Amino acid sequence: MAEENKKLKIGWFSFSCSEDSTIVFTELMNEHWQEWKKIFDFRHARVLQSKNILDELDIAFIEGAIASDKHAEQLKEIRQKSKKLVAVGACAVQGLPAGQRNLFNENQKKEIEALIARFAALPKVLKVSEVIKVDAEVPGCPMDPDIFLKVVNELVAELKP
Amino acid sequence: MHTLDITIENLAKVEGSASLEIKASDGKVEYARFKAVDYKRFFTNAMQGKPIAAIPQHLARICGTCSNAHILCAIEACEHALGIQPSEQTMLLRYLTSYGLMIRDHALHLYLFVMPDIYGKDNFLDFDENKPEEHQLLHDAFDIKAAGNFLSTLIAGRSVHALHPTIGGFLHFPEKDGVKEAIKKLEEIRPAVLRLIKIFEELPWRLDRKTNYMALVPERFGFLNGQIKSSKGEIISEGDFRSHLEHVILPYSQASAYKHEQESYMVGALARINLAKDLLHSHTKESAKTALTIFPSTNIYHNNLAQAIEILHSVDDAIEILSSREFVPEPVIIKPPRDAVGIGVIEAPRGTLYHKVELGSDGIVKGGEVIVPTGQNQVNMEEDIARLVEELLPTKPKEEIQFEIEKLIRAYDPCISCASHFLKIKWG
Repeated sequence: MAEENKKLKIGWFSFSCSEDSTIVFTELMNEHWQEWKKIFDFRHARVLQSKNILDELDIAFIEGAIASDKHAEQLKEIRQKSKKLVAVGACAVQGLPAGQRNLFNENQKKEIEALIARFAALPKVLKVSEVIKVDAEVPGCPMDPDIFLKVVNELVAELKP
Repeated sequence: MHTLDITIENLAKVEGSASLEIKASDGKVEYARFKAVDYKRFFTNAMQGKPIAAIPQHLARICGTCSNAHILCAIEACEHALGIQPSEQTMLLRYLTSYGLMIRDHALHLYLFVMPDIYGKDNFLDFDENKPEEHQLLHDAFDIKAAGNFLSTLIAGRSVHALHPTIGGFLHFPEKDGVKEAIKKLEEIRPAVLRLIKIFEELPWRLDRKTNYMALVPERFGFLNGQIKSSKGEIISEGDFRSHLEHVILPYSQASAYKHEQESYMVGALARINLAKDLLHSHTKESAKTALTIFPSTNIYHNNLAQAIEILHSVDDAIEILSSREFVPEPVIIKPPRDAVGIGVIEAPRGTLYHKVELGSDGIVKGGEVIVPTGQNQVNMEEDIARLVEELLPTKPKEEIQFEIEKLIRAYDPCISCASHFLKIKWG
């Protein structure tokens, strides 16, 4: 248990996106799983486990754009409970391509308006930094694996207990 | 227990966000609703007004894990619209792209999503490195995934949103050293793949329900060409596929579902192995001989075994192609745009994937359609869930039923990112 307490508490959250950065993350695991198994306690990562807890995180990774009020509320809660928050991938960092409907012409907007209303989606899809403060960003579609590793290593060095 | 009310929010260890609602009373399931909760990203609407050259990379963004399948399918649709016939070498490079995808995607599903259920753990990373069996599985998982990733990167540029495949050919060709390295890595993981097949061959999980199966059945077992066949013996041509699939509107979900002749059907690895196991690579047939006697099977959990066998086939056929071919730079085939509709049909990891591209003579796309495997499996999956719940209701507590439902859903390996990309809803 003592060893568990020394690990950094990690959360990985996906909002509106293709989850391509999740896949890049699981591919990076091919090389890094032994190291990450030792230093990370995955508190919240739906892709890896069923029992997910959102209490207190050292690092939260946010993938995807914010498409509804519910998303925005969840994101604010994650921010409140995380020491560091990293936006990963183009949808989180720029809001695109998940938010491509923001750029639709009148015709295209008309085609989708009933669905926007039916699922209570936001009128405009937002990037993560439009909703909360972001500590670091990993751009790319999917996220750039080298920048991700650099950001992770810097945060681990800063937060290491 | 004869009544039950289960809501599972945020199903874990599946691709994308989904939830489930089940209501049962007097031992009968009133409804089982599998809901895609990912927000629609309107990829088909966004095709309008884009130049045709942009379509494969655009549609790749529907899904991360299946992205290379979307690229290959979109390229086929665009080439059909333009009247381009790809070269033999291009087809082989596309096969290799598809094999890299199958290896890494099936391995992700079988090890990271399913294996924890078999070993009574929650997270695959909780496996104990000090226990020889679990130690072996941890290493096997990441070695197999890494080999698939290496093959995808070598041939297609990367394993997510590949850069090299394009309409009319490839933009880059694998170097000899890389090819040698890929063969070595694939040969090295073969024993691990055989261990994986053994695990799923011996797994006693069962849920049998007679249903229909549909897959693209090729001349050579691969995932790219052939004819669409069903377990009823029908053959459907690629151009005619749309009239055979009936769109089912699900008011509770961000995704759409499909039926064929008013009945549910299943696509994916189980359908492919049920319909075309004789076409697998000869080395695969030899090494997986006893496992292959199980097919055709109506046990949905054999979808996992079928995926493991497909990893082996992908390894064996990739080794054969890489060992027997030299890859030389070829120019990309270019044809002028025309007013035409192109249809692409391929087998993605989770089943038959359809892309339609409506092209104008100015080279600008007027519209399109995408039908993904998870949408086709939706109704079948809900019917299986209902059957499972009715079997367990009399004897099992709610928590156990819930866990069994999750296991069943994971056997389908649904992809919600794909399912919620947006399919046009026709009201009424």
